Amino acid sequence: MKVCITAQGATLESPAEDRFGRAPYFIVVESENGSFEAIKNPYADGSGGVGPKAAQVLIAHHVKALVSGQLGGNAKEVLVAAGIETYTYKAGGSVKEALDQFTRNTLVRS
Amino acid sequence: MKLAVASGKGGTGKSMVAANIAYVLSQTGPVTLIDCDVEEPDLHLFFTAPATTSDVTVRVPVIDEFACKQCGKCGEFCQYGALTVLPDRVLFFPELCHSCGGCTLVCPEYAIREEPRRIGMLGISSPLPTLTLITGTLDAGSPHAVPVIKEAKMQALGGHVTIIDTAPGTSCPVVEALDGCDACILVTESTPFGLHDLQLAADVAARLGIPAGIVINRSDGKDGETLRFCTDHDLEVMLTIPFDREIAAIQSRGDLLCRERPEWQKDFCALYAKCRALAGVDE
Repeated sequence: MKVCITAQGATLESPAEDRFGRAPYFIVVESENGSFEAIKNPYADGSGGVGPKAAQVLIAHHVKALVSGQLGGNAKEVLVAAGIETYTYKAGGSVKEALDQFTRNTLVRS
Repeated sequence: MKLAVASGKGGTGKSMVAANIAYVLSQTGPVTLIDCDVEEPDLHLFFTAPATTSDVTVRVPVIDEFACKQCGKCGEFCQYGALTVLPDRVLFFPELCHSCGGCTLVCPEYAIREEPRRIGMLGISSPLPTLTLITGTLDAGSPHAVPVIKEAKMQALGGHVTIIDTAPGTSCPVVEALDGCDACILVTESTPFGLHDLQLAADVAARLGIPAGIVINRSDGKDGETLRFCTDHDLEVMLTIPFDREIAAIQSRGDLLCRERPEWQKDFCALYAKCRALAGVDE
């Protein structure tokens, strides 16, 4: 299953990003084998409507779960409609730490 | 002659200046006064009269879910994120839509039509025989002021003197209200905040190529900094209104300075004459 963690950089060591639509990177991890892909968010500096646009990126990459700090209403609506589960992580750690918590099932659904 | 009253900073007295100019001019000929501060229009408080109202609408897409094949072209095209294409349907966020109509053009299945959506209203009244007041009001929760301002300006009667009261600030609603005006008055006050925001507003007017002049309101006599800025930028201070308890009392009752204290009428007439000169309009 593909899990997306919003990140400030392109690696697993990068700090996790609290914002969803304006996150600089989406780190998409394949939970079966731990392989990952860093997707640069083309809407990070967009003027508006970035939430639904960013959600569309996740849908295109067949992501099934999202870990991020906070979600706007429009993004949430798209993600729910697309069947993508959303989890809150705002402990300020790295992508790897956020992923560990997700794997250990200690994150709260947002 | 189309004259806008803008300010940058809120609460400097735009509406007061616009209302009093409109009042004095209406004594000699027909005037249209347009309240383009559509998020908080208040000129109707100076000029109470029953208004004829109409809806302001914008066109938004409606997806025919039988014809739509979820190809994604509309979602890719929309720069505002208003359309999101899912595998089984399209989600539409009306508050993100800018009514550009692009989605209907790019849809290969002709599955998108447009329908009107209300975002605000116009009120038109005649508080005085020679004064028409047009008030644009944006609905609560609607994010797009510009179409309401555009619609309000379109209602202005040709040939009349038109006075346009703008919103504070320097963003789209102000630019839309200023667009096409022959001149503008920038109302400021003698505080660091008034001057700071005056600089921004003067920059906007200059970029739009609209000649601007200054009114200093609530002046405590310590206008040195403002006067220096005006001299440096070749902006004429056309009128200075003192910080005066009686003027404040008239204003806060919703009365007009020029009606309650007729000696001010000549000052507002002179202000308008200076605006005409700014605009290069001959008598």
